[in-house]
Amino acid sequence: MKTQGISWRDSVFFAGAVLRRYRFRTSMMLLAMTLAVGSVVAFTALGEGARGYVRNEFAAMGTNLLVVLPGRKETTGGGGPPPIGTATRDVTLADVKALHSRLHGAERIAPLIVGTVEVSANARTRDVMVLGTNADYFSIRELVVMNGNSFPAMDNDVAQPVCVIGSKVRDELFGSQQAVGSWVKMGDRRFRVIGVLSGKADASGFDLSDGALIPVASAQMLFNREGLFRVIVQPRAYYDIDKLQQELLGAFRELHQGEEDVTVVKPDSMMKTFDNIFSALTLGVGAIAGISLLVAGVLVMNLTLISVSQRTKEIGLLKALGASQHHIRRLFLLESLLLCLAGALCGVLAGELLVLLGRTLWPSVPFAAPWWAVFTSVCIALLSGLVFAWLPASRAARQQPVDALAGKLT
Amino acid sequence: MIRLQNIVRHFTLGDEEIRALDSVSLRIDAGEYVSVMGPSGSGKSTLLNVMGLLDTPDSGSYVLGDVETVGMHEEARANVRREKIGFVFQAYHLVPRLTARENIELPMVLAGVAPSERRARATAVLQRLGLDTRADHLPQQLSGGQRQRVAIGRAVVMKPQIILADEPTGNLDSRSGHDVMVLLEELNASGITLLMVTHDNVLGARARRQIVFGDGCIVSDNHHAMAVQK
Repeated sequence: MKTQGISWRDSVFFAGAVLRRYRFRTSMMLLAMTLAVGSVVAFTALGEGARGYVRNEFAAMGTNLLVVLPGRKETTGGGGPPPIGTATRDVTLADVKALHSRLHGAERIAPLIVGTVEVSANARTRDVMVLGTNADYFSIRELVVMNGNSFPAMDNDVAQPVCVIGSKVRDELFGSQQAVGSWVKMGDRRFRVIGVLSGKADASGFDLSDGALIPVASAQMLFNREGLFRVIVQPRAYYDIDKLQQELLGAFRELHQGEEDVTVVKPDSMMKTFDNIFSALTLGVGAIAGISLLVAGVLVMNLTLISVSQRTKEIGLLKALGASQHHIRRLFLLESLLLCLAGALCGVLAGELLVLLGRTLWPSVPFAAPWWAVFTSVCIALLSGLVFAWLPASRAARQQPVDALAGKLT
Repeated sequence: MIRLQNIVRHFTLGDEEIRALDSVSLRIDAGEYVSVMGPSGSGKSTLLNVMGLLDTPDSGSYVLGDVETVGMHEEARANVRREKIGFVFQAYHLVPRLTARENIELPMVLAGVAPSERRARATAVLQRLGLDTRADHLPQQLSGGQRQRVAIGRAVVMKPQIILADEPTGNLDSRSGHDVMVLLEELNASGITLLMVTHDNVLGARARRQIVFGDGCIVSDNHHAMAVQK
């Protein structure tokens, strides 16, 4: 009778039965593959998590904003902070005033001075980060005043002795007492509390619940500083931000006698730079974890070799019963492939469980294994199963049936 | 019909050259019952291996059915083994992790026979061997005689032209050995050519045709005597 040889379906069943029979070997191999694939999934998820975290931080800093820093940056493009040591010319309130009349594309302009000062009230004292700014800042950062009011509309150069404090500062200085309307001492000056910020007031990485805001002119006096730390410009809706950036630079060039001595940063583009850096990082850690896949591949080769030498007589028998070289090789390759597939799936599962755990422990970091890492690691696991088992499987296929039946491996 | 012509198979063991088959010529007709006897090292097992395509002769011609097998491609040789030859080994060579039924189905699995047909044929063979109650036992749960019966079932399930048996009763007590011989002879009576290698003269004497081997050559063959008797 004419026969075709063992079918694919039966080959898979046969290989599967062998794996079930040699449990220890199977579980060792599964473990190795699980660790290898799992570490790729987990490490890339970590990289992605870091990337997502930084993205979120930048998003909190405000997208669609322009930030003016005194000092000149050296390169165009991504836009980092200016190099240290360059002589800079202050950005002043006069500049800000001039910007108002020149920039028609700007919706809001908030000057910013930052410093830390000792604040005391009710015989309690603590160091507080103080932001000198104006009412626009509240709108730009979407700060919500829980009690009282935010700054009244007034010119930037009016130094009113008022302040809005964060909720944490209120708790520590006033406890359960009424804060709005009370006076606090900042350095050697007195300010009346006109408002308290609600809960977690986040502004570009500063936690304002632990800070206080005062008018920018007051801050200039308090810190005895003329120059501004930052100027934040919010464009009008639908106004091209790149155009506004150019106009802003042009305005400063005019104001500063033709010298372009400020840096205008788009947090959006900085976010992009960091995004690229972290993407590369994810790729890097993924590749390092990928080395364990190769190690697992070497283990595949070893275990397949052991399998071949343990089952020499069986190979002889299969040959006597009419299995061709081709079929024997296929049986051993399938064994390895099934193992690697099962290991890879376990690895993906284990990795994703770790990701879930990470998300539970650190909810602010958006851990997530990128699909390409999962896909590639599974593919590499299968490929290494095929490549590394090829040699031992071919060796099994090559055996002379008469020698193999006698248990002699050649 | 089986025809070997000037089959040579030499081995080198260190400096020594062993002439396991030294230009052996032999013709066996379909349905014959042949025993091959001789002391160990006389080449009788090598003959069986060559005839079973488990070993390749150095030179000569070996026609099985109407096909010349010497110089055949490996894949084609595997096809011949699974379609035309059944083996019965002294050490049974059952796969330990497979049940009696699965061992009998194994050649059909390797041949690509459909699962439903495999089951039907294995069931028929198990019944014929009187092993239907032991079908789901592993080899280690079977007696030696039962194991060899499973091995014989495995050898006949593909309906081969020839069964090659290498000391089939070598590991058995005389009673199970007798049962196995009876079974093999029944199969021969149903038309399958049977060639048995044994060093046991009593066992060998059961065959109608007896070939005696010595030093890689046929020392005696009663084939012609039989022909004369006819």
